[in-house]
Amino acid sequence: MRILNLLKTAWKAILLNKVRTLLTMLGIIIGVASVIAMLAIGEGSKQSIRTQISSMGSNMINIRPGADMRGGVRLDASEMQSLKLEDYNALKTEASLITNVSPQVSGSGQVIYGANNWPTSIYGVSPSYIEIKKLDIVNGSMFTQSEVNSFAKVAVIGQTIVENLFPNEDPVGKMIRFDNTPFKIIGVLGEKGENTFGQDQDDIILAPYTAVQKRILAIDYLQSIVASAVSEEKADAAVEQVSEILRKQHNITAHDSDDFNVFSMEELISMFSSTNEMLTVLLVAIASISLLIGGIGIMNIMYVSVKERTREIGLRMAVGGMGRDILLQFLIEAILISITGGLLGVLLGLASTVFIENVLNWPTSVTSYSIIVSFAVCAVTGIFFGWYPARKAAALDPINALRYE
Amino acid sequence: MKKEIIKIQDLKREFTMGDETVHALKGISFTIHEGEFVTIMGSSGSGKSTMLNILGCLDQPSSGTYEIDGVLVKKLSRNELAKIRNEKIGFIFQAYNLLPRTTSIENAELPLIYNNKVSTEERHKRAVDALNLVGLGQRLDHTPAQLSGGQQQRVAIARSLVNDPVVILADEATGNLDTRTSYEIMALFQELNHKGKTIVFVTHEPDIAEFSSRTIILKDGAIIKDEFNNDVQDAAAALAALPKED
Repeated sequence: MRILNLLKTAWKAILLNKVRTLLTMLGIIIGVASVIAMLAIGEGSKQSIRTQISSMGSNMINIRPGADMRGGVRLDASEMQSLKLEDYNALKTEASLITNVSPQVSGSGQVIYGANNWPTSIYGVSPSYIEIKKLDIVNGSMFTQSEVNSFAKVAVIGQTIVENLFPNEDPVGKMIRFDNTPFKIIGVLGEKGENTFGQDQDDIILAPYTAVQKRILAIDYLQSIVASAVSEEKADAAVEQVSEILRKQHNITAHDSDDFNVFSMEELISMFSSTNEMLTVLLVAIASISLLIGGIGIMNIMYVSVKERTREIGLRMAVGGMGRDILLQFLIEAILISITGGLLGVLLGLASTVFIENVLNWPTSVTSYSIIVSFAVCAVTGIFFGWYPARKAAALDPINALRYE
Repeated sequence: MKKEIIKIQDLKREFTMGDETVHALKGISFTIHEGEFVTIMGSSGSGKSTMLNILGCLDQPSSGTYEIDGVLVKKLSRNELAKIRNEKIGFIFQAYNLLPRTTSIENAELPLIYNNKVSTEERHKRAVDALNLVGLGQRLDHTPAQLSGGQQQRVAIARSLVNDPVVILADEATGNLDTRTSYEIMALFQELNHKGKTIVFVTHEPDIAEFSSRTIILKDGAIIKDEFNNDVQDAAAALAALPKED
């Protein structure tokens, strides 16, 4: 029996039971649609994390004090004082793969201007910090290296501080107090909004790290160092180079573990993506279960179909249909149901993705592989669950099948 | 001497039911030549269904030989049997066994679907020709539900003719029809027989047997009578002699 005849026969059988077939397909349709929608949501949020992290500076490199042991006791990273000003200077002069580098020390406290006050954080940095973090000054200017060298108590503030302390005034030139230390405002940062983690990036005061170290924190070490690689592609090499220099600075031999950690943004992205991926796997697993149930639905209806058409099978065998012909007929019918269901599922999945994107405002991204994979799974489902009923049909004895009531 | 279409010798068929062995056929021999119109008669349990299944290559004998059109049907595989059924035998059933919601043409061409040597066009043409032959040229696109019992059986006869079989096997083909329609169908069978078709017709109605050229009567798995009919009734004439309907 030719394949075209088989397809025609199968298609006719499907059309003869439209409602029943559609209900059977529903499981597959919902399964495929949800797999596609879930993957689109997962991929969408992954991409949005990526773009948001990249907007913080995609070639940024973070250096923090890391796993350290003192007499067998592991210390908390924030208590560690392994990063020194010398490290910063060494990176500044020796690291060829990084362009900008800035120390970072921070403290939180209450900032006061006149009758207004606001809880915030102060960051002690160097002037190149705004290049690294891709910040811009909309009013006034950034402090200079000489102001850093002279421990000047000058500050550049973010928009949230402006809103809370200077609702109706131009802040540049005004004096604010942070933990009783007066700072003169010399610049205002442009608005940056919330980052991926819901943190307000405008709730920030930048000041020379020297001043913050001495006047506010009373420390002589650095809490972290930020730098930017010459390019995004060179980020990994830059991480390697920075580690090399710091190991030398800290006299760490090949056998000892580092007392610092260097992250590129890429690593940060993959760190956050991995949680996200787990969620996606979970969602897809749930969707796959509905696909499985859809497949069982097909098997069920194919059994009914074989039973119902026992006499037809008997007749087909009597006029010369071989077991193979009968097997193929029912198998193709099952595959056709699952593939048609898969096709409708893809359409429904795409439609619901558009709905999620526009009505719920969740970021989504449909990947071609999700469509291909769910479609392939459908075909396999059809073959897998259609096989047993088809085998049963093919194995019927024509004499009994012809007399079946 | 005419060609031997069916030749069986000492044919036996036994079924095992639990501990008991049922001897459905107890050593039967006969030969049917080309152009014969044979009725096989017998009460239920006489073995005529078993006989027909074997003649139709749906079943194999326990012992003895069966040759159809010169092919020895013995130890053939399921697929080889299917091929013989497809090319050499035309089946007609008591309950017509047409595919529901399927047109006369599609029903008639069914056997040819399983024959890869026949193209789609050829298949269609042969189905139309067969339907014309049985007088259903005007009902090519009707489904069984739109046809009377007699017309459905005519579609089934057309289906049995499309593969140009060496023998037509009819199993109680008039069993579901009234007398008038039965005679119409028998007239059609006689017409086909006159054109040279070999027909084996299983029935339990004696008046149907009068239209055939030879009658074999089975009882308890053995032939009790096998004789040629010297006085073949003309079904068309019998039909004309029936009292007119209102």
